[in-house]
Amino acid sequence: MKISLKIWRQKNAASKGKMVDYSLNGVEPDMSFLEMLDVLNESLIEKGEEPVEFDHDCREGICGTCSLMINGRAHGPDRFITVCQLHMRSFNDGDTITIEPWRAKAFPVIKDLIVDRTAFDRIQQAGGYISVNTSGRPVDANAIPIEKENADASFNAATCIGCGACVAACKNASAMLFTSAKVSQFALLPQGQVEATERVQNMVRQMDLEGFGNCTNTGACEVECPKGISLENIARMNREYYSASLKG
Amino acid sequence: MGILDSKVPSGPLADKWTKHKNDIDLVNPANKRNIDIIVVGTGLAGGSAAATLAELGYNVKTFCYQDSPRRAHSIAAQGGVNAAKNYQGDGDSVYRLFYDTVKGGDYRSREGNVYRLAEVSTNIIDQCVAQGVPFAREYGGLLDNRSFGGVLVSRTFYAKGQTGQQLLLGAYAAMNRQIQRGKIKSYTRHEMLDVVLVDGKARGIIARDLVTGEIERHSGHAVVLATGGYGNLFYLSTYCMGANVMAAWKAHKRGAFFANPCFTQIHPTCIPVSGEHQSKLTLMSESLRNDGRIWVPKRLEDAKAIREGKLKPTQLKEEDRDYYLERRYPAFGNLVPRDVASRAAKERCDAGFGVNKTGEAVYLDFEAAIMRYGKEKAYTSGLKDPDKNTVRKLGKEVVEAKYGNLFQMYEKIVDQNPYETPMMIYPAVHYTMGGLWVDYNLQTTIPGCYAAGEANFSDHGANRLGASALMQGLADGYFVLPYTIGDYLSNDIRTGTIPTDSPEFDAAEQNVRERIQKLMSGKGLHSVDYYHKLLGKIMWNKCGMSRNAQDLKDAMKEIAELRVDFWENVKVTGEPDAKNQELEKAGRVADFLELGELFAKDALDRNESCGGHFREEYQTPEGEALRDDENYKYVSAWEYVGDPKDAKLHKEELTYENIQVKTRSYK
Repeated sequence: MKISLKIWRQKNAASKGKMVDYSLNGVEPDMSFLEMLDVLNESLIEKGEEPVEFDHDCREGICGTCSLMINGRAHGPDRFITVCQLHMRSFNDGDTITIEPWRAKAFPVIKDLIVDRTAFDRIQQAGGYISVNTSGRPVDANAIPIEKENADASFNAATCIGCGACVAACKNASAMLFTSAKVSQFALLPQGQVEATERVQNMVRQMDLEGFGNCTNTGACEVECPKGISLENIARMNREYYSASLKG
Repeated sequence: MGILDSKVPSGPLADKWTKHKNDIDLVNPANKRNIDIIVVGTGLAGGSAAATLAELGYNVKTFCYQDSPRRAHSIAAQGGVNAAKNYQGDGDSVYRLFYDTVKGGDYRSREGNVYRLAEVSTNIIDQCVAQGVPFAREYGGLLDNRSFGGVLVSRTFYAKGQTGQQLLLGAYAAMNRQIQRGKIKSYTRHEMLDVVLVDGKARGIIARDLVTGEIERHSGHAVVLATGGYGNLFYLSTYCMGANVMAAWKAHKRGAFFANPCFTQIHPTCIPVSGEHQSKLTLMSESLRNDGRIWVPKRLEDAKAIREGKLKPTQLKEEDRDYYLERRYPAFGNLVPRDVASRAAKERCDAGFGVNKTGEAVYLDFEAAIMRYGKEKAYTSGLKDPDKNTVRKLGKEVVEAKYGNLFQMYEKIVDQNPYETPMMIYPAVHYTMGGLWVDYNLQTTIPGCYAAGEANFSDHGANRLGASALMQGLADGYFVLPYTIGDYLSNDIRTGTIPTDSPEFDAAEQNVRERIQKLMSGKGLHSVDYYHKLLGKIMWNKCGMSRNAQDLKDAMKEIAELRVDFWENVKVTGEPDAKNQELEKAGRVADFLELGELFAKDALDRNESCGGHFREEYQTPEGEALRDDENYKYVSAWEYVGDPKDAKLHKEELTYENIQVKTRSYK
């Protein structure tokens, strides 16, 4: 296959970026999208040009590192996958593919296609945990039976990989899906009840401080989420937040 | 034995850890505030250690090359975590977990450490549940278990196929709590480039800020390395792309012995290589072997027809299939340990029975499981005489609930539906049992330098059992290292902050800067990946699933030549003082080019087959591994003396007082 590429190049956070055109021959359908970029980079290095920098690590869809807008869609055209799981068989010979970094004020560009997502870490630090000492000897694990339905729903929320596709897909660059997934994981478990009031308030406060936009329920986040995190989590977080506000 | 004192406490096996905890020195809470600890790597071992150390009151600095600790490759562990809870009432116990682990490791692990691992395994589950880790549960609300290779009980706790993710996010959450309290300072997108020794003790590191390229000095009273394994030495592996040996290798060059480098785990169930462009391999969890049956065609002509696309696997009759694991190992069947399953797959493929284009794949088939589960489900749903399609539909739902994400992953990569046609799998490099030599306290041969998780060597011997990596990472981090390190730090309560303007820091920084300069000034003939791929080919072909003396000698020579070529001719684009992924890769590959030679030397020294180390010269008439307990029942701990080929061997003799050393049999 022969592919034309339009890629966002930006030297560093301070400089201005632009789209640059490349064309690539010999792309095979069994290549992953990132392997296609590897091939492009090898050819750039050979020419003495700087390769395109992009974030990636596990290349099996679980670490949440890779983060590309492909033809305007977070993680590309396919559903329920990250970029690293996207294969070139999803494209046709002669296609032009546009590749941009995540676009959000709270995710500033570091270089080329790499953005700074530490805002997500700070939201988690504000309350995304249960305050139990790791060095203590807690009660036996089976002393707290949990209804399977709740345990499964909590697990589903917990499968968020923190990639930021929800923010990138949202016209408001809102981080509600991300934040609500963590709030939900704990809201659905008895262990999470003790700090529920503070948790949701602190996490939402941090989310706002980071400059993420508001949620207007368009659902783009849910559509683009590689892990299929449900909008229900946002509803649950809103409920948690209002009931926390009433408690003060 | 001088410096190779394992420091395993005396006394009965079951009392060692308790006794040791009572005997070691503690640091009082007020003094912990005056002690700084550096933790490099924030996966399960590093993240959990950092959280616990901070909680105990120490000042912790963590370093990871990823943009967040949540992305460490522990996250990719799929199947589960072992713990001797005996919730299933199937006769499990701490002793049995200990026994299985030592036997699974082919009697090349240290008894005292393994028993402690089994002992604290139960705490891990309690701890994680208290932290809100959503493990799989049964309808009664209690925790569910499954079975893994090499054992005869169900002791594996899991969260679908994402157990590592959930455990890592638990450790990450525990870290976040301490970051919020100001007890952990987290440095992300940072890479450790050297460890700094002052008066022979590890007192800090030199790190590079991967965003700005700035070289930084960080001091501490102790340095903990939890930087994972070195499987990327093989280029293709199931490791994440960034996994590297840099921290461990730098410590090695500063005096930490490197133990059993040739003990590598080749995992039997990975998605086969599809072409030259391949950048990494993807694992299909061992848990799939609970329900999947592994086979190849019985007849060579059928295998050929399948490879040529003239025959479909589903068309092959039951009697024309060779379920070779069930045939060779009736007691354990498809659940033999990983090393045994991998070698058996290679044996069939080498004999011409491989089933994909390259001839390097076998089938993992779920048809029987789907029908079995379907029948059960139909029965419990009260369906009388359901037709085959209904049974299959119900069975698929059960299999999807158990392994849905793995099946989806497979389908995305291979473009085939594993509910309809059997998966194709082949062994791939997955884990390294070798690593920095540590004593019972997890201290390396450098005072004040500790190693935890996959980065150390001690618990898995020559082969790791499934679901034991998560167990060991968390055991080291939550329950072992935070206490044993106090014994060392109790001498440092009056030391005060370690200055970073000492000659030792100056020299270390100077070395790092010179090395970067040297990497950037190659002649520019070939890219970093070019060298990495060549190294990977040497490793896979000559130091892979089976090894022999001649190949190993050749490998040593070829790697040494490749290393010279690399330093002369590598091309690193970009600038040293900016974000530069090529420079990051170059530094990592340079280390692999040294480690590879030591790896081959270690494999050459070990004239026996054990666990994942299979020497063709040492096998039984049936092709099973032939161990030599008379001469090789030791840990090979290598001392760096200037060139990997000259490394000096130190032996830690292994003694087994509580377990009878036997020939490992899974028949």
